[in-house]
Amino acid sequence: MVRLILEHTLQGHKGRIWGVAWHPKGNSFASCGEDKAIRIWSLSGNTWTTKTILSDGHKRTIREVRWSPCGEYLASASFDATTAIWSKHECTATLEGHENEVKSVSWSRSGGLLATCSRDKSVWIWEVAGDDEFECAAVLNAHSQDVKRVVWHPTKEVLASASYDNTIKMFAESALDSDWDCTATLSSHTSTVWSIDFDADGERLVSCSDDATLKIWRAYHPGNDAGIATPDKTTVWKCVCTLSGEHSRAIYDVSWCKQTGLIASACGDDGIRIFKECSDSKRDAPTFELLTAEESAHEQDVNAVEWNPVTAGQLISCSDDGTIKIWKLQE
Amino acid sequence: MLSYIKRKLSESDSVAGGSNNSNTTTAAAAELVRKTSQMSLDNGTIAYGEDALLHELGYRNATDLQETIYDLLRTIRDPEKPCTLEDLNVIYEDGIFVMPPTRSNVSVVRIEFNPTVPHCSLATLIGLCIRVKVERGLPHNIKLDIYIKKGAHQTEEEINKQINDKERIAAAMENPNLCELVENCIKDEE
Repeated sequence: MVRLILEHTLQGHKGRIWGVAWHPKGNSFASCGEDKAIRIWSLSGNTWTTKTILSDGHKRTIREVRWSPCGEYLASASFDATTAIWSKHECTATLEGHENEVKSVSWSRSGGLLATCSRDKSVWIWEVAGDDEFECAAVLNAHSQDVKRVVWHPTKEVLASASYDNTIKMFAESALDSDWDCTATLSSHTSTVWSIDFDADGERLVSCSDDATLKIWRAYHPGNDAGIATPDKTTVWKCVCTLSGEHSRAIYDVSWCKQTGLIASACGDDGIRIFKECSDSKRDAPTFELLTAEESAHEQDVNAVEWNPVTAGQLISCSDDGTIKIWKLQE
Repeated sequence: MLSYIKRKLSESDSVAGGSNNSNTTTAAAAELVRKTSQMSLDNGTIAYGEDALLHELGYRNATDLQETIYDLLRTIRDPEKPCTLEDLNVIYEDGIFVMPPTRSNVSVVRIEFNPTVPHCSLATLIGLCIRVKVERGLPHNIKLDIYIKKGAHQTEEEINKQINDKERIAAAMENPNLCELVENCIKDEE
């Protein structure tokens, strides 16, 4: 029987914890929340301890933190309308431009691009121009509401965004005029899409929503074998699976493990659930099963989950209850 | 006072922005309030089988939790009138529904409120006051779903979505102007 074993419960932040992010090496992580501080944790001996506290960077809640692929930089998105870039524990740049709360930030695979999104309905793409220099490359106003999350494709310069307008959108740079365009709109959720994550090769995307479902989407490229029409020779994304009935409230985050293919979800019903693709799953109509569920993973809403990028089966979560938990999937 | 509130709301808030309808309280609207407040009985949502959890939290039954929440809400002041939400029938005991708990065994309560007029520009602020007052007032965790009474507001769905989005609520409460408005509405009478 597969179970999630709680390895560590960590306290330190005051109040709600909104985000956690593993360092690309998997041996440390960053966390952030309503106390406006970022904590960087690493393992010393058998316990995880705060190695650094980054404060003074933001005036309001820090919603999300993300490491650059090289692991040298950390980006933080805040309700104070700014995004801060940190290097060696110092804030080296502050990106301004959004009109109000920045909800999410994401580094592209190469580390050369950064994306941010906000309640102001826009998605911004920034080019890393120098060590501490960021130039705005595009302001994308495709969503009709608050944008909750931005995530880059794992191999291509394609950006996905999730919104309060119930849709997910894909953006790519046009080869013709080098403008960034919305290339696809993924509609199927019936309420806010809180989070999204690609699978290892980026051919599929998982999304989670206030409608209490998870959805799996597949990319169909021009000339695909399935015979899916691709107007204007652009990739089409289709919802190929909906997982409903397992979650009882809004699902705030989802993480697709790049190593094991397992999907973890963070839910407003305090639970963490792990899904596995069935062995007889079909390419164009995949099926997933609930592998295990921890119904009371936290005492309050679970806000974020992320699989360790190096140590397979290790999962981190954070919650409104002010704790961070580290779990191990045991077979 | 109203223009002051409107100005504050229009500055930069997350939750209460947008609408700027006239607020003339007409006789027709008052009549609507009277009628709708009598039609709010909705049977079958109180989960009598969940008494074990309620006992653990110190309540006799679902009605006890319902009354405790009502006592917290009845004294909230209306943002623009010198009355409480109870005086105005914006909140009422029958609008508080104890729902089946989550699988993690946390109480779930649905609170319905009835704006005084169908274009009430302060409905989002009232929703925010209700949430903050209950979350602060109860000594245990609770999952709250707050809704405008069906058919009682022109932009009901839009407002329902806003006042149940935890991220927008958190950001709104970090806005000093909006936070001050909420605190003024929910503070206890001296």
